[in-house]
Parts: sequence; C-alpha cells; structure tokens
Amino acid sequence: MDLSYGDDAEAFRGEVKAFLNAAWQPGERRRDELKAYIAEFRTNATGHGYLYRSVPKRYGGSEQPVDVIRAQVIREEFQRARAPMEVGGNGMNMTVPTLLEKGTEEQKELFIRKTVEGEYIWGQGYSEPGAGSDLAAVRTKGELSADGSTWIINGQKIWTSQGMQSTHMFMLVRTEPNAAKHDGITYLLIDLNQPGITRRPIRQMTGEGGFCEFFFDNAQTPVSWQVGERGQGWYVSRTTLKHERASIGSADGLGNQFDKLVELARETGRIADPVVRHELARIEGFVMAHRYTSFRLFSCAAAGEDPGPVSLMMKLALTEIGHEMALLAQDLAGEALLREPAAAGTRGRGPEKWLDQIMGSLGNSIAGGASNIQRNIIAERGLGLPRDLAMQAER
Amino acid sequence: MHFHLTEEQIAIQEAVRGTLADNWPMARLHAFAESDADFDPPSWQALMALGLGGILLPDSGMGLLDAALASQIAGEAAAPGPLIGQMLAVHAVALSSNPDVAGFLDDLVEGATVATLALDGSDHVQSANAARFFLTGSRNGPLELVEAGAGVTITPMPSTDRSRPLASVTFDGAMTHQLFAAGDPFIARLFDAALILVAADALGGAQKCTDMSVDYAKTREQFGQPIGRFQGLKHQLAQMALEVEPAHAFVWYAAYAWDAQLPDAPRAAAMAKAHLADVYVRCTRAAVAAHGGIGYTWEFGLNYWFRRAIFDRAWLGSPAEHRARAAQMAGW
Repeated sequence: MDLSYGDDAEAFRGEVKAFLNAAWQPGERRRDELKAYIAEFRTNATGHGYLYRSVPKRYGGSEQPVDVIRAQVIREEFQRARAPMEVGGNGMNMTVPTLLEKGTEEQKELFIRKTVEGEYIWGQGYSEPGAGSDLAAVRTKGELSADGSTWIINGQKIWTSQGMQSTHMFMLVRTEPNAAKHDGITYLLIDLNQPGITRRPIRQMTGEGGFCEFFFDNAQTPVSWQVGERGQGWYVSRTTLKHERASIGSADGLGNQFDKLVELARETGRIADPVVRHELARIEGFVMAHRYTSFRLFSCAAAGEDPGPVSLMMKLALTEIGHEMALLAQDLAGEALLREPAAAGTRGRGPEKWLDQIMGSLGNSIAGGASNIQRNIIAERGLGLPRDLAMQAER
Repeated sequence: MHFHLTEEQIAIQEAVRGTLADNWPMARLHAFAESDADFDPPSWQALMALGLGGILLPDSGMGLLDAALASQIAGEAAAPGPLIGQMLAVHAVALSSNPDVAGFLDDLVEGATVATLALDGSDHVQSANAARFFLTGSRNGPLELVEAGAGVTITPMPSTDRSRPLASVTFDGAMTHQLFAAGDPFIARLFDAALILVAADALGGAQKCTDMSVDYAKTREQFGQPIGRFQGLKHQLAQMALEVEPAHAFVWYAAYAWDAQLPDAPRAAAMAKAHLADVYVRCTRAAVAAHGGIGYTWEFGLNYWFRRAIFDRAWLGSPAEHRARAAQMAGW
C-alpha cells in the first residue's frame, strides 16, 4: 500500500499550482465582472487541459487521456485555491457523456459546446408520478407528426432538479405503446421554452424549492433530437458514465461533516460527556471505513481493476452514515433545534443550522436511487441473488 | 498510489485459505470443539510450513498488512492455534536487544516452538498447554517473554470460543526474559499491532458469515423458490455486505499506517479494533437469523463464528474502551 500519488503526479501538481497562482486572481471582482472573469478562467484552464478532459477539443473540451490520478490532483488543487471547476449539474454529468457515446454528429455540434460553456442548462426528465423506482413504467407519450419530422409529446415529468433554471431537458418518452415495457421508450432532447410546456416548482419538506414538475401539452421536438434508435431509450439512459468518475470527493465531504459534528459537540459543551465521545467514535468508525474504501476504489480505477461489489455500496453507506450523524446532531443541538434556522449562507446561524443536515440526510435516502433500491442492487448485482419474479417477468 | 491488494497478496491469502480447507475442515473443528485439546498440531504445522511465522521478521520484505491478511483468513476458517501471538512474539524477539532470547528465534519462526499472548494479565491465555513461551506485559510496563515449565501454573477453563480454548495462567518464579523495558515505544506499537490483527480476524469471520448466508439464500427453497429472492432477506444480506465490504479497507489502512509509522497509526488501530468487533458481532447475529433453524444448531457450525465474534470483541479491550482511547487521542 502506498497513498502517495507518485513523482509524476507531484510534478503535475506543481504545474497546476503554478497555473492557479497566475490565472486565478479574482480579487475584489463582484457580480457580472466576476462572472465574466470565471468564464475566461474556465476557458484558460481548459486550454491547459485541466477542465472538460473527457470532451473533444472540437466541442470545447480539452480532450485529455483518461487519468484518474491527474484528475484527482486537479480537483485537490482547484479546491485548495477555491477556483471554479467545470460547470456542474446534469449537463456535464449526464447529457454530455450520453451524447459523446450515443449522439449524432449534429447533436454533438449543437449541444456539447453550449453545455460546457454553461449556456444550456439541462433538466432530467425521467421520473413521473407513476414511475419512480419503477422508472421503465414511464407513460409520457411521444407520437410522430404526420410528416414524420417532429415528436409530439404529452404527459408529465417530476422531481427535476434545477428545473426552474433549465433551458433543455433529456427525457424518456413512451413511443411504442405495444412493445415490451423496456423496449417502448425513446430518449429525446427538448427545448423547454415553448408554449406546450408549463413548469411548477415543488416545495420540499425543508420549506425550500429545488425541484420542478413539468406538464407537456402537445410539446414538440424535432426527430433529429432523438438520441439513439427509436424504442432504445431505456438502454441509452443506462449509458455508463466512465469518464474519470472515481474520486475521493464524497468521502472528503463526509469527513468534513463529521469534523463539524465534533465542533458541534464542543460548542454545546457536550464533548466531555463519555456517552457523546463514544457515539462520536462509533460513527467515526463508519466514516473511516468509507474514506479508506474510497481510496480503494480510486486505486482500482487508476489501475484499471474492478473493485468488486463494494463500489455498489458507496451511496447507501453515505446515506446511512448521514442518518447516524443527524440523530447525534439532534441530541447535541438540543433545544437550539426549537428555532427554525435562517436560510443557508446567512450570518449568525447557531446549532439550529444542523436542521439542514437532519432533513437533508432524509433527502439523500431518496434522491438518485432510493435506499431500498440500492439494497436491491447490492443484493442482486453485487451478491448475485435472484431477481424479484415480478421484475424478472417484465424483462 | 496503490491502495488495493496486489496479486501476490491475493495469492498468499489463497494459499492460506487452501491450506486451512485441507487441514481444518468442519469435521476437524467439530472434533476439536468436543475434545480437551487446546492446540491442533496438524493445522498449526501446515500454516507454519507456509512461512506465516516469519511475516513480521524485520527483513521479511512483508509487514503488518501481510500479517493481517493471514489473520483474516485464519478468522474466516475459525482456525485454532495462537497465530497472532506467534507472529507478534517473533517480531518482538527479533527486535529485542536482549541477547538471551536470540537463540529462540529460529524455532519460533518455523513454528517448532509455540508462543502465545498473555498481555494485560494472564487470565485468558490461548493454547497455554502447547506454548513454550508467553508474551507478557502491559502498555505501561515492560514487555517480557516467559518460558513454560517451572513456576508456571496452567488452569484450563471451559471456553466460549471453541476454536481457541483458554486457560488461566499464573507465573511464580518462572524463567522470564525482558524484551523491552517499560516506556520503550516498541511496546505501544506491539499492542497496536495486536489490535489490528484481531480486527483482521474479525473481518475474516464477518466476511465468512456473510458469504455463508448469501450461499444459503441461493440454495434454500421455500414457497417454491430460493429464499434469496425475497426482498426482506435480500435487504438483510445487503446490510451484512454493507457492514463488511467497506471494513476491508479499514483494516488495510490501519495496518498500512502501522507499517508506515504514520502519526495516526495508534488511533487507527484502536478505531479498527472497535469497529470490526461490532461488525463481526452484527454479522454473526444476522447470519444466524438468515439461516433460520439450521443456523441455530450445533451441527451446522455457525455457532463457532458467533462464539469467535464474542472472543474478538472482548479480547484485548472492548469497543467502548478503545473508543474512549480514540476520543482521548483525538483531543476531544
């Protein structure tokens, strides 16, 4: 075992540091001035091969060979310098990799550069009121126009993050009502600013927004915006995202949150209580296991080896540890939690700010594949247990 | 950056696993559990023939990580024999400056003589009748090697863990060699190493319980189908996997930190022992539940791992004690 990244990577780190020292000096810039500076910085960093590494140059990327260690060094140094990384969100995580693998040349030309530059913001159009964990049950209907040039879409999509800001959507639409469940779906891209689409924000239990639902009433998108074959949309949506995705990021975030929990115990004067010390150390055991497992996954990814079923467990582990931390935070904060915290980012928030994490930890057990679905995946794909008969019958 | 097992390390684990499959099948474990013996020469000699006794020699080219990987497989097989004590005694004797003990080293490395742990008191000593040496001491006192024979009284006890029978041992004028004087930093390191090796034993046992449960769920049929198809059981098995799979890297890290003498090594050892002891107990309990009635029988054998989990949890300090130490070390 060796946790150093090696001489090559450290030399590379020196280059990244030098670049950041010279190129990231936001100073007192604010608002539009800062925005323009960030855009210019991103272009510069991409020119140096630090951002959009998996995206070809002709679409605005830096087209670098896959190298998870360099990618990690870049993340570490950019975070240290508090420099902006890639434009986040669904566009870079989902749309671009899917288009790179399954898109037509026209689609790549049309969408990737504008996504990379942050002009196009993508909402995910997967879930529906009747299609949650059973995603392939989508019923939003797509029909071809008489001349065969346009998809006409009717139905509803829900739980779209960043939905109010989104300019475009990638969506799963039922186009072959007579085909088998998974074989009747087509993957479409659509412009959200058109008369046939209305959107409505959904208020979460935290009291804040974050999601949208969309209603489609004869909305339209050209046939040339269909990704992959008609009826193959389910499989297009499963496109593996394999571009330097291994990182130590989520474990670092968890570690930081644990440090804050210790801080909370100090602030509230409970740190000397043996029960609190035991609970903290018990939870930290899981935090450590998660952290060192992220090292393992990262090391396997760098070596091109399969780490095995443990890679399927990271999301559930993170969620479960979050629940444990929420429960202890609730005890530590005590009566402070009787006060609803001011909005995140507001000055002067006390221990009551943990209410954000206490509720957020519940969101984690639903978003991105509910915990019971994670358990099914671990059991079936990881441990090789037989599939549920009802699910098997549909395939 | 390398933080997963090498092909060579996996091959060594496979060799230990194969050796124990040949020399320590369930039938032998059952017979041992019913006997008065506290030591099993055939399986011991087979393990020693693989060279496990010498892993912690300073010039072996290996380290505590490799010792932990061996301990893991011993735990998986519920192997008898004081493997942890032997490896640590070799390490301590090899690094001691006391010239009187140098002559003991070769036989210890080969396993021709047996050493067992009597750290933090000698009320619960494994394989005491077979041992030629007892490694005694405490974190704050000296570390000593006591020879079996005159001045050593061994009183066997009925032991919860049938794979590791215990005795109470008292020393009164026995031949004693000081290996390290009180206050020598080596002593704390030896205690930390012991914790990591016990954590590794627990890891192997917890993984074994999980694997047995998964296999059983695939073959056992009720209501006309394998019980592993039912979501209730599926989720219990996923929970076991969620406990044990991430714990592998925890044990690796603790051993790696000890080998590299990183500043957080003592705390990682304490945390690993506490965490793995809990994981092991939860996995053995879940395994009995997953197996139903058959898991509750003596004959099926699951109880050996259940009992071994109780041993690993209580031996060399409970999770609560080590978490209290870890809290102290963190400056909380």
